[in-house]
Amino acid sequence: MNLFKKRKKNYPDFWMDYLERFNAKPENDLSKIRFVVLDTETTGFDYETDRILSIGALSLQNNHINVNQSLEVYLYQHFYHAKNIQIHGILQEEPKERITELDALIQFLDYIGNSVLVAHHAGFDRTMINKALNRHGMPDLKNKFLDTSVLYKRTLIQSPLLPVKPQYSLDELAEKFDISKKDRHTALGDAYITAIAFMKIMQKLKTKKNFSVKKLLK
Amino acid sequence: MKNTISARVADFLKNYPPFNEIDIKEIESLSEEISIVYKVKGEAIFAIDEEAHKYFYVVHKGAVILTKEPNDEVVDLCDEGDIFGLRPLIANENYKIGAKAYEETILYAIPIVDFKPIIKKYDEVGTFLIESFASNTRNPYSKSHRGKLYGASESSENAKVGDNQLLDLQCVHYSKKLVTCTENTMIKTIASTMTEKKVGAMLVLKEKLPVGIITDKDIRNKIATGLFPITSRAKSIMSSPVITYPKKMTVTQAQMAMMKSNISHLCLTLDGTTNTEAVGIISKHDIMFELGNNPAVLIKAIKRANGFKKLKAVRRQIMNLLQGYLDQNIPLTLTSKIISELNDACIKQIIKIALDKMEGPPPVKFAWLAMGSQGRSEQLLHTDQDNALVFEDVPDYLLRSTRAYFLNLSKIVTKGLFSIGYEYCPAEMMASNPEWCSSISEWKERIYHWITNPGPDQVLLSSIFFDYNLSYGDPDLVSELSAHIFDTTEKFPNFFLHLASGALQSPSPSGFFRSFLVEEDGEYKDFFDVKRRALMPLIDGARVLTLSHKVKSINNTAERFEKLAELEPNNEELFMACSYATKALLKFRTRHGLLHNDSGRFIALNKLTKEEKIKLKRCFKTIKDLQELLKIRFKVTNLLG
Repeated sequence: MNLFKKRKKNYPDFWMDYLERFNAKPENDLSKIRFVVLDTETTGFDYETDRILSIGALSLQNNHINVNQSLEVYLYQHFYHAKNIQIHGILQEEPKERITELDALIQFLDYIGNSVLVAHHAGFDRTMINKALNRHGMPDLKNKFLDTSVLYKRTLIQSPLLPVKPQYSLDELAEKFDISKKDRHTALGDAYITAIAFMKIMQKLKTKKNFSVKKLLK
Repeated sequence: MKNTISARVADFLKNYPPFNEIDIKEIESLSEEISIVYKVKGEAIFAIDEEAHKYFYVVHKGAVILTKEPNDEVVDLCDEGDIFGLRPLIANENYKIGAKAYEETILYAIPIVDFKPIIKKYDEVGTFLIESFASNTRNPYSKSHRGKLYGASESSENAKVGDNQLLDLQCVHYSKKLVTCTENTMIKTIASTMTEKKVGAMLVLKEKLPVGIITDKDIRNKIATGLFPITSRAKSIMSSPVITYPKKMTVTQAQMAMMKSNISHLCLTLDGTTNTEAVGIISKHDIMFELGNNPAVLIKAIKRANGFKKLKAVRRQIMNLLQGYLDQNIPLTLTSKIISELNDACIKQIIKIALDKMEGPPPVKFAWLAMGSQGRSEQLLHTDQDNALVFEDVPDYLLRSTRAYFLNLSKIVTKGLFSIGYEYCPAEMMASNPEWCSSISEWKERIYHWITNPGPDQVLLSSIFFDYNLSYGDPDLVSELSAHIFDTTEKFPNFFLHLASGALQSPSPSGFFRSFLVEEDGEYKDFFDVKRRALMPLIDGARVLTLSHKVKSINNTAERFEKLAELEPNNEELFMACSYATKALLKFRTRHGLLHNDSGRFIALNKLTKEEKIKLKRCFKTIKDLQELLKIRFKVTNLLG
């Protein structure tokens, strides 16, 4: 019962609302599961010192993406590394509406709810968001995560000619699946590429023997 | 709220009618409301009589096929940028036609609620939509679609195939009286002989084998222009090597062969290769009056295509032609030859387009090889692409940059092939893989390794690679490679044993009680895998037997068996049966593939008629006999024991 005691800690309402949504029974029908495909752009790759610059996310259900139900937020930066501008093309002075990290997290939690989260190299985005949550006194995300780079590897066939690489970049996936790389390196643009790749990967996985939603979300 | 994705959608829509008439600001706000829908191949978007959706659709990627009752008659095929599903926009009733994803497709679903105000504001948009809807053509602006009402085009297409049926089957008449000379004959003598015999071309023979050909054009271009003196000898002006074909050619084939190589005379030899005696010659004039055939028109269209998109349209026509041939029950040998030539022309054109896209010409000579079914000229349907590239040896310090050039070229070509319907090879057996884009020495080394270390992987790789066929480039590189294979296998005959045992590893097609064996799990559970269980044993068997006989330049499985029947008269019956079985199975697969718009590899047994089942089972008996022969000849049991 220790668990319950922990939860009694005074978390803000938005966190409690977020938790509440996990009381619903998890969906087992693939076409009914809401996936949120997301990507974060950050100032760098250090979990401790680097910060989130923007979050892009879109929701995917039954192979449908509704454009007006997507999330794209840009965060205020108190400090940023010049080197990142080259990759992400986000200039601090760029006239984009910006919000604080906390506001971004509140919007994000409200947006994702209990959906299954999908990202390319998901571990990175997950840790980045968790660190941000922790900074504001919140525990880690409770959502299930799927990583398209891991799922992609499962679609590959065994062949002496095809050594499975340890990593597949989003560029490689876009190339393989013939997805235009327009808007690459913006959070929502990358999320879109990931989403299309995810649908194509799922199509391949679904036809494999032993596929089950339960196993996928384990 | 405007975001990256809505901007992306707007950017796409603004290029296509009727959206190109609308102010960009309005497209942008419309784009925020749309849904992006992913459909797998064959998935329905809406069915006939289904309640109208709240959307109409724009094809972003892929293609959608519209059909109507009865018999799922094809109304239209929608490509990128085309709109469909307009009924709910115009009439408040259920769909009258069905829409299905013809290939993997991404759609933009445009909410009607948000689009209605735009129709009110822009007259042109409304007119466009109503015209599109009424005429069942997507783009009334284009003249080519006007009046092309469904039904009419379909039947006229069939009639056309019917008219040409005779042409396709008619064997071509060729002159058997060959006019020939040797490499040392003087040009003047040649010209007088040609005038005397009233022929337009003369064959140059060396030890009875054709080594070159001299035509009127050669004399005009090379002698009359002063490029060579009239005292030159045949050798200096002849076109070499000679393009040769087997003597049993139809009019259509002969004509296609000429168009393909852009030549006016065909040399016919005993077995169709330059390694046997010349028996006849066909001139363009011989077949000129029989012109006007569908495949020829297609070849022209292919050669004229300057982009991948145009080729894709031609490829669809090729599939129509194939369907027509099958419906007319034209012998498969002919059908597959014509279709393979057309496929081959497509690949050539793609490579040409790709070369134009490169920054400079190729640094050295190269050859593009088709492997697997394409290499065997057995590819009737779209299947995976298997290809490789071999380039001339370069000094070590140039190897990197040379390979980089060809890898770039290969990337463009494989992408082009992908865009006209050849799926990427899941095992990356493509020239865009650095492993399959190598210099001639590297290839030789690799082949040597396969033959001398025949593990299961090596046998598998060689069985795919050894069916190669030159698609484009330098034939000498290919001959060099073939010679190397024969030399090495001769030194290591043990390799045949492994190749034969590989051929015996395909799972059996039928069980103990002669029942079909079907797949036990996966996507195709309870389907019969006609490729793996029936075609592969024949293909593999033919390969190892012809290799052991050192038969050069014959890749087609049915033809290989025919050649084997000739080489081994005591086994003639079995080999002819194998040849027949190969053709029958291939036809079977093609029919099913066309029916389901897939590779035809998996067949639902419950959909087969009794007659079809009997036919299939008869093939299985032949396969068993062939496998017995392989076992005994190559003493495969020793390996297992």
